[in-house]
Amino acid sequence: MLRFILTRASLVIPTFLGVTFLSFLLIRLVPGDPIEVRVGERGIPPERLAQLRHEMGLDQPMWKQFADYIGNVLSGDLGTSIVTQNPVLDEFFTLFPATVELGLAAMVFAVLAGLPAGIIAAVKRGSWFDHGVMGLSLTGYSMPIFWWGLLLILFFSVQLGLTPVSGRLDLLYYVEPVTGFMLVDTWLSGEKGAFASALRHLVLPAIVLGTIPLAVIARMTRSAMLEVLGEDYIRTGRAKGLSEGRVIGLHALRNALIPVVTVIGLQVGTLLGGAILTETIFSWPGVGKWLVESINRRDYPALQGGVLLIATTVMTVNLLVDLLYGVLNPRIRHAR
Amino acid sequence: MTMDVQSNAVIEPITTSAPPHPLVEFWYHFRQNTGAVIGLVVIVALVFLAVFADFLMPHSPLEQYRDAILVPPVWHEGGSWTFVLGTDDIGRDMLSRLMHGARLSLLIGAIVVTLSLAVGLALGMASGFFGGVVDITIMRLMDIVLALPSLLLAIVVAAILGPGLFNAMLSVSVVVVPHYARLTRAAVMAEMSKDYVIASRVAGAGPLRLMLVNVLPNCMAPLIVQATLGFSTAILDAAALGFLGLGAQPPTPEWGTMLASSLQFLQRASWVVTWPGVAILITVLAFNLLGDGLRDALDPKLKR
Repeated sequence: MLRFILTRASLVIPTFLGVTFLSFLLIRLVPGDPIEVRVGERGIPPERLAQLRHEMGLDQPMWKQFADYIGNVLSGDLGTSIVTQNPVLDEFFTLFPATVELGLAAMVFAVLAGLPAGIIAAVKRGSWFDHGVMGLSLTGYSMPIFWWGLLLILFFSVQLGLTPVSGRLDLLYYVEPVTGFMLVDTWLSGEKGAFASALRHLVLPAIVLGTIPLAVIARMTRSAMLEVLGEDYIRTGRAKGLSEGRVIGLHALRNALIPVVTVIGLQVGTLLGGAILTETIFSWPGVGKWLVESINRRDYPALQGGVLLIATTVMTVNLLVDLLYGVLNPRIRHAR
Repeated sequence: MTMDVQSNAVIEPITTSAPPHPLVEFWYHFRQNTGAVIGLVVIVALVFLAVFADFLMPHSPLEQYRDAILVPPVWHEGGSWTFVLGTDDIGRDMLSRLMHGARLSLLIGAIVVTLSLAVGLALGMASGFFGGVVDITIMRLMDIVLALPSLLLAIVVAAILGPGLFNAMLSVSVVVVPHYARLTRAAVMAEMSKDYVIASRVAGAGPLRLMLVNVLPNCMAPLIVQATLGFSTAILDAAALGFLGLGAQPPTPEWGTMLASSLQFLQRASWVVTWPGVAILITVLAFNLLGDGLRDALDPKLKR
């Protein structure tokens, strides 16, 4: 077991180095010298420029600069934002809970809707329900989510006035950030109105972000169930008189879930990518919106740090999913 | 060789007709998938629109009718047949802009798929054919690209290259290369161990001949499917980049860019936002339907 964990985990190291190199290159590939990017349009006297270059180590050879960069990254120094002058790491982790909360809510929505839809579609294969679910999920999969979000805002917020258009909480309320998760924080504050407000703000963005995972999960569940339902042990179960609910809910679903869980894990990257668009549309104060703003403000150190941190998050989650998969399924653990 | 002759001699009296041509067989399976046929019809229609846009467009996509600003579509009150789908905030005809946008989106799809397929194919072939260090190096590089959410990577590349339609196409291409590379590698590795490849090698075929003449044609099925689905990813991602201001720049009538530049009119004149989105959705959906149909028709495992 330990051997499996170590082998799998060690595979991440080259990828991590590569991603670090990519983010290291980023600021050097952008037109202009990192210092010129930093001082902006104002310009700077040449001797001061030379001094700054020396202080920042930019006169060192490339490999030395990269080694220093890795050293900084490993000690948690990702540079400072040009715009706010705050450490990039701090900015990221202030905003990260908002993105995680949105992503989790989207995932809960996708699983709660997609799993039953896929199961029923598989059981009633060829029915109108099946065709409907498959048609809708292909539509969801093809959806430009930035447009989908706008349509939902137009209908639920503008026409019906049911949900707020942007942000995480009404300005009426102020809640002390404890966990960074608005739902938890408002719940802890004991104010019912604040919790309801946080929930209303969360619903639409979560639906928008959850649409593509929902489509993927529904399709995957259906095909996994169809495969399992054709197995001999299902026929055996039926033959020995088990109720249909027990056959499907217990024997079939359990075996069909393995590929579904993998797909759910793989959706984390999709979610973080989709968060960039969703947060922009709903003015959700998370890392996605922050990244887009960093690009527009040419805040390259922030972009560089953000890219590295998001890539690290995706890699960590994928690693955890792989490990979990190995724990659940011994065949993978012992495959050599 | 002798085996073939013998088996033919045995089988011939029994079979009453020759086996159908592969294309005929493919079409037989493909036709049964209604969704895929619909997708194909929509794509053919879109290609027709894109090619003949210059003759079909009722107006120029860039002409601003100053006395017809935010005219609603024809079925709304105040709409007119002059501007069937209405006009945008500076009086440009929506229908003409959308038709011109079809040309751009299909072009984006075609260029992105060609670029990424070419690079991915070369990398995947090299990886699967040579194995060893080459394989490990290429696949680790692909892992790095895959570690980033595709839209984020596209944004980063677009930020480095600067905004613009061509740069957006390049950045979307970079992002999807690993999919083709991995697929090609897997297909090549599966083919390499088969007898016909070994026979060809024994007969003295050089590596290039082995790669291009023997192995490649047999790896095409999954790649054709992936390339079709790649059209939809390319169109979606390019539209997303356009929406974020990193893709095509106004006044280019790219669908995502059109959406972004008319955002503030969402409440007053929803059609300026609705139609570009509908256009993106229909196009992407059509390519996804076609891709699914191709997969079912080309994959021998699912044929029965």
